[in-house]
Amino acid sequence: MTHKLIPIVLGAALGLTATAASAATLDDVKAKGFLQCGSNTGLAGFAAPDDKGEWTGLDVSMCRAIAAAIFDDANAVKFTPLTAKERFTALQTGEVDVLVRNTTWTMSRDTTLGLNFTGVNYYDGQGFMVRKSLGVSSALELSGASVCVQTGTTTELNLTDYFKANGMEYNPVVFEKLEEVNAAYDANRCDVYTTDASGLYSIRLQLTNPADHIVLPEIISKEPLGPAVRQGDDQWFNLVKWVHFAMLNAEELGVTSANVEEMKNSDNPNIRRLLGAEGAFGESIGLSNDWAARIIKHVGNYGEVFDKTVGPDTPLGIARGVNALWTKGGLQYAPPVR
Amino acid sequence: MTVSKIAYVRTDEAPRMAPPVSETGAIGWIRQNLFDSVGNAIMTVIGIAMLALILPPTINWLFIDAVWTGTGRDACIVEGAGACWAFVHAKFGQFMYGRYPDPERWRVDLTGLLLIAGLVPAAIPRVPFKRETVLYLLVVFPIAGFILLTGGNLDLSGSFWIGLAIMAVLSLAITVLICRNAGIEPLSPLKVVAAIYAALALVFAVVSYDFGLRPVETQLWGGLLVTLVVAIVGIVASFPLGILLALGRRSKLPAVKLVSVIFIEFWRGVPLITVLFMSSVMLPLFLPDGVNFDKLLRALIGVALFASAYMAEVVRGGLQAIPKGQYEAADAMGLSFWQGIGLIIMPQALKLVIPGIVNTFIGLFKDTSLVLIIGLFDLLGIVSLNFSDANWASPNTPATGFVFAAFVFWIFCFGMSRYSIYMERRLHRGHAR
Repeated sequence: MTHKLIPIVLGAALGLTATAASAATLDDVKAKGFLQCGSNTGLAGFAAPDDKGEWTGLDVSMCRAIAAAIFDDANAVKFTPLTAKERFTALQTGEVDVLVRNTTWTMSRDTTLGLNFTGVNYYDGQGFMVRKSLGVSSALELSGASVCVQTGTTTELNLTDYFKANGMEYNPVVFEKLEEVNAAYDANRCDVYTTDASGLYSIRLQLTNPADHIVLPEIISKEPLGPAVRQGDDQWFNLVKWVHFAMLNAEELGVTSANVEEMKNSDNPNIRRLLGAEGAFGESIGLSNDWAARIIKHVGNYGEVFDKTVGPDTPLGIARGVNALWTKGGLQYAPPVR
Repeated sequence: MTVSKIAYVRTDEAPRMAPPVSETGAIGWIRQNLFDSVGNAIMTVIGIAMLALILPPTINWLFIDAVWTGTGRDACIVEGAGACWAFVHAKFGQFMYGRYPDPERWRVDLTGLLLIAGLVPAAIPRVPFKRETVLYLLVVFPIAGFILLTGGNLDLSGSFWIGLAIMAVLSLAITVLICRNAGIEPLSPLKVVAAIYAALALVFAVVSYDFGLRPVETQLWGGLLVTLVVAIVGIVASFPLGILLALGRRSKLPAVKLVSVIFIEFWRGVPLITVLFMSSVMLPLFLPDGVNFDKLLRALIGVALFASAYMAEVVRGGLQAIPKGQYEAADAMGLSFWQGIGLIIMPQALKLVIPGIVNTFIGLFKDTSLVLIIGLFDLLGIVSLNFSDANWASPNTPATGFVFAAFVFWIFCFGMSRYSIYMERRLHRGHAR
């Protein structure tokens, strides 16, 4: 009795929130009335505050999409900014319902941490940035270049592997801290800057003349970033997985936040199934049948979200690249709704 | 009789001449202070050269070339632009309140005003009603601040009240037992215990009352608000706790001494970062499923315990400087232990260690930035968080943000430092050296 009473008394007395993290996450979320989403403590384009302090970004939109599917309200979500070290504990202990924090899907994380990755909402990977004046258009032309890189990271190891595999020479210019690498590259101490491609785009914004630099198309490592949920709750796992798939299918079928209402009357059975005009696909994941329509209405399809948060027209200016739909030569591919 | 052969003897005083130009005014001051020896002259020249090198570009960057208005990074990426103050302007609300909802920010302001209303009369020696002011600051203000900032209306369940009642009854029973064993009349200790529980019940009743304020969870707090909450709670909690620990460490009771020593050495032995990490990463694993401590609360407890260990050693330093005669004098006056400590020992000991105490406070104030690593955004944290807003990313944005944060921190730390010097002078009249 006492061992149960103490935390309750303590908790109540000190203004704590006690929420039961039982197996049925969806029921808990519905009971709470909002989604608790583990997000980044600040990463340009993925989770960053705007002038009003509202979180925006690609990862944040994923959280909002899940909330929209459940509550028909993209704002029924609370964000818990998590550092890289805290993120898995927060998910395991039930502090957050879903973790969308540019987390790389790896085998060890998938199999040993008691969590499941539901998909890949951004295919990242290590890339190279160079000055336009160098006249280089491919990483394979970089032989003999000096490369700025952060020391002690997998980035450094990948760099060595890549140049060795392609029989090229390079001079590493290594630094301990990311800021030092930025400053060194900006001061022309090296020809090439290498880190994860999404990072290159945000670093480019902080250089003296962003327009003078380009990110080369080659990606030399695999960093699939995706949402993760706790293991042992298949319904919730399916739900988060299909929220992403719904956004991809919507883009593929041309359903956007602007035309979603008219599209409900479309003759295309694929669209009718996606938007809940035909069949009962929402019920199978514990939601209403217009679940996908809600996502598209409040948040948009994957392409819209990408363009709004990191795409070519934003300050970051990231090209779709491997994140394009499979129909356009990218890797984003969703199973059909049927 | 000899007549003086000197042709001319001055009979009146010569008019005084002004001292040479080289000895007075600005030139004299410069000669005496800056060029009075070769070494000094060289240092002066080097110093002036350094200033000439550093100052103009700094002023240029901070003010002349700075961008004061704008709605995005485009304003700040123009060629030769200096500090991007437009960024600070656009984000100022966030820097102060974090993501505290806009329509509710008056509550934070009101809390700040309540604090100032208590601090100013407490800090100025001439203002009367010190006892009432301190009571207000230590009892009324924390409760009012808690209700204003969080919204109050704690959802205390029935089981909580039952738990409190059980604890009250148990405490009363234990008091009676102890008194019986010691052969003391149990009525007056019982009254004290009952009063403590009545006060607790009153406090909990107030914080669970619905004042109609919208609840604002600590997740939304940030900026200067979090910095001040962590620092003030840390300072207020660590001071009495530190005094008790210092006394405990010098106590002749072995159990009290051992506990104090272990506590102090443990908390001084671990870095604050470790404490915060433990509280945010490890603690949730130990708790039963579904019980979550508020993150800010975890940080507050960690910081307060951490600071109290340092405070204890500072106070102990003061206690060691008090001669044994003072203790004996207290005994000779027939004062009890606590009376002696409170009236004779502590006033002298604390006065001696004011610099050390303020040192600890300032250190604590600056250490609040470490809460960033557990995902809480203090002033520095929210400034750096906003660097990730692509809409404002420019080469000058980070530097501008850091300059702003440094300036705010400096205002607070400098203020504390000046006030402590003032207090020292005031209290040190007897034996200032």
